[in-house]
Amino acid sequence: MCLAVPGRVLGVEERDGTRMATVDFGGVVKEVCLEYLPDLEVGEYAIVHVGFALQRLDEESARRTLELFENLGMLQEEFGDPWEQAAQTGGDDLAREVRR
Amino acid sequence: MSDTTAAPDMLSWSCPAPLRDRPRVVMGHGGGGALSAELVEQVVLPGLGGAAPAALTDSAVVELGGARLAFSTDSFVVRPLFFPGGSIGDLAVNGTVNDLAMSGARAAYLSCALILEEGVEIDTVGRVAEALGRAARAAGVRVVTGDTKVVEAGHGDGVYVNTSGVGVVPAGVDLRPQRVVPGDVVLVSGDIGVHGVAVMSRRENLRFEVEVVSDCAPLGGLVEAMLSVTPDLHVLRDPTRGGLAASLNEIAVASGCGVVVRERAVPVPPPVAGACAMLGLDPLYVANEGKLVAFVPREHADAVLAAMRAHPLGSGAAVIGEAVAEHPGTVVARTGLGGTRVVDLPMGEQLPRIC
Amino acid sequence: MKYIDEFQDPELAGRLLDDIRASVTRPWALMEVCGGQTHSIIRHGIDQLLPDEVELIHGPGCPVCVTPLEVIDKALAIASRPEVVFCSFGDMLRVPGTGRDLFQVRGEGGDVRVVYSPLDALRIARENPDREVVFFGIGFETTAPPNAMTVHQARRLGIRNFSLLVSHVRVPPAIEAIMQSPDCRVQGFLAAGHVCSVMGTREYPALAERYGVPIVVTGFEPLDVLEGVRRTVRQLERGEHTVDNAYPRAVRAEGNPAARAMLDDVFEVADRAWRGIGVIPDSGWRLSERYRDYDAEHRFQVGDIATLEPAECRSGEVLQGLLKPHECEAFGTTCTPRTPLGATMVSSEGACAAYYLYRRLELPAAAPAAADREASSVV
Repeated sequence: MCLAVPGRVLGVEERDGTRMATVDFGGVVKEVCLEYLPDLEVGEYAIVHVGFALQRLDEESARRTLELFENLGMLQEEFGDPWEQAAQTGGDDLAREVRR
Repeated sequence: MSDTTAAPDMLSWSCPAPLRDRPRVVMGHGGGGALSAELVEQVVLPGLGGAAPAALTDSAVVELGGARLAFSTDSFVVRPLFFPGGSIGDLAVNGTVNDLAMSGARAAYLSCALILEEGVEIDTVGRVAEALGRAARAAGVRVVTGDTKVVEAGHGDGVYVNTSGVGVVPAGVDLRPQRVVPGDVVLVSGDIGVHGVAVMSRRENLRFEVEVVSDCAPLGGLVEAMLSVTPDLHVLRDPTRGGLAASLNEIAVASGCGVVVRERAVPVPPPVAGACAMLGLDPLYVANEGKLVAFVPREHADAVLAAMRAHPLGSGAAVIGEAVAEHPGTVVARTGLGGTRVVDLPMGEQLPRIC
Repeated sequence: MKYIDEFQDPELAGRLLDDIRASVTRPWALMEVCGGQTHSIIRHGIDQLLPDEVELIHGPGCPVCVTPLEVIDKALAIASRPEVVFCSFGDMLRVPGTGRDLFQVRGEGGDVRVVYSPLDALRIARENPDREVVFFGIGFETTAPPNAMTVHQARRLGIRNFSLLVSHVRVPPAIEAIMQSPDCRVQGFLAAGHVCSVMGTREYPALAERYGVPIVVTGFEPLDVLEGVRRTVRQLERGEHTVDNAYPRAVRAEGNPAARAMLDDVFEVADRAWRGIGVIPDSGWRLSERYRDYDAEHRFQVGDIATLEPAECRSGEVLQGLLKPHECEAFGTTCTPRTPLGATMVSSEGACAAYYLYRRLELPAAAPAAADREASSVV
């Protein structure tokens, strides 16, 4: 159902009254419809499926997730279970809590 | 929605099987995968009656007047006719030259037949002919005979080309998958998937911009450089339709060995990785036109790799795996995470997927 | 590629796996709902790396596979008409209807075209005003918004020679149907990340509560899948069953409100049949009254095509983990990857196909990780 890949917006334009963008997928550039993310700006990343940007990719969140993975083993040894600490603040804030 | 009252039956979930027995030819029969092989084995060969097994491979080695000749033929039907990095003319020369090179032969003479569609512009034919000439000169091969036919409008994609070629196989060279033994090292001459992605980028309804051009090139010189290290290479293949996966499967089946590929060692350039991610394709199945895969005795592997890297068409050469005694006839990839997956023979043509 | 490569890192995968191993104390059966996740699991060999206690059951989340035979037959009938240009995602061409598939229709002279996006089909309609262009609108909540937008654009631009053959399905009713199945073994779900990118997570807490299962929104790269498994196992070990988001970089609780609004405008919820499963109430969408003119079923009057599903293979039981592939009488005899009877043998990531291939390797499916270390030191 879900072959969707992250791409970076290179340019935005209006065509036939439709908001379109050129999006870079690691060296491959494709036209993408922005109607569902009209405020997406040049330089931002989006999750793209069959030529449509469906959701903004939250770069800060991606960074925090990776940081959580990197700290997995260590934090457990030093500070107890990071997941337990994070659970108290809710899923999205999980890694931020770990970082503190 | 014929019966809306029936309760959902989660226990008999079944999902569709692709059709195998077809009354008509479909595109997959030309995809270089399982359907192609079955068409040849079950329909063409029985019709020919007792054709040599070599008819299944891209080029045959035959004895004639005391010489060992490699002999090959190939037809070219590509859309669009001109694509980044080449054209049907380049493909037609290099395709046959490379099929001969995979037998160890330097192509000497080519035939060239054009099938033109009524209405195609003369200028287009001229540009194809120029590309043919240019590619032949670059490959050091002479076009010595040919033919032209015209079919009615709507019965062809502008221009089809067939080329056949012959070349002499040097003494001591015997390249066949049957010579592969466990322990052989698998080498590839450079970045894979480039030609397929370049052509796809220009397909109607798929169009994307990508900074790769087809790798279409004659491999005779590279093969000579490899054979100068040792004539004892075991098998060479140019992984065109069906990509590396199809070539490795063919070798695995014919040799009775297993093949193990280390996925992270396979050179996939970023734009090919990007295009494959976007379209849901596997780079191992994407076509190449200027690359080869070699199975080489372990003791010669380092020297052959060095010789490849010293040649302009092999500068990106890499060791990607080995032949093993286990799982005969099966190609296995070790994934980046340390898992295993079976790299099966592609069924037919590669299609973009959404799932 | 950025935001793909980082999430395939072997070292971080090792840490996630260590964490899963450290927390698991007994067997758990998880279902990854989405076919895209199944693909990732097989492609990267993730199932072989997980501890034996964690069993992944591949769910019916492949839109191509669940499209009912009847709809495929309607597609074949429409695509065979001389005035029609039939456009489809590539995956659908290989799916057989009764006796033939779209490849075969093309071989018989039908104009069947593979497109990357539904907007490509709309462009073809504009460029060919004398032809009827039909797009095969399949997919889950991820694909429905692009198709909805395309119909919306067709109406806005006054393009009358375009229509949609709709077979859209929704995930939550499928989860519900799985949980209501009497022999259900699923104890936790990895929910489909990109479905939730559109729909958000609001539909899931009620399901988690009603059936007492953890539901963890999960992405598609190897580290994402492992993180989904890790969080699900954690919950199970603690006896918890909440909705959690393990894919926050692409999923917000509210989803994409603009896309959801368009879905509400263009489509209306309807009962849908799932291939091999049957009708699941409210499990899909059809075009709303306002857009009925763009419904290919009406335009080409194929509404009376009714096809019954043949019940040939036992892949449904395999899918639910009730039957091991080799316990099926057909396995390896009348049913092989070359002559498959059902979905689980068709695609290389199907449970039966994987089982078949690994048997050919004479390796248990769980063992090859160790063999890898030996092999990689040789070459």
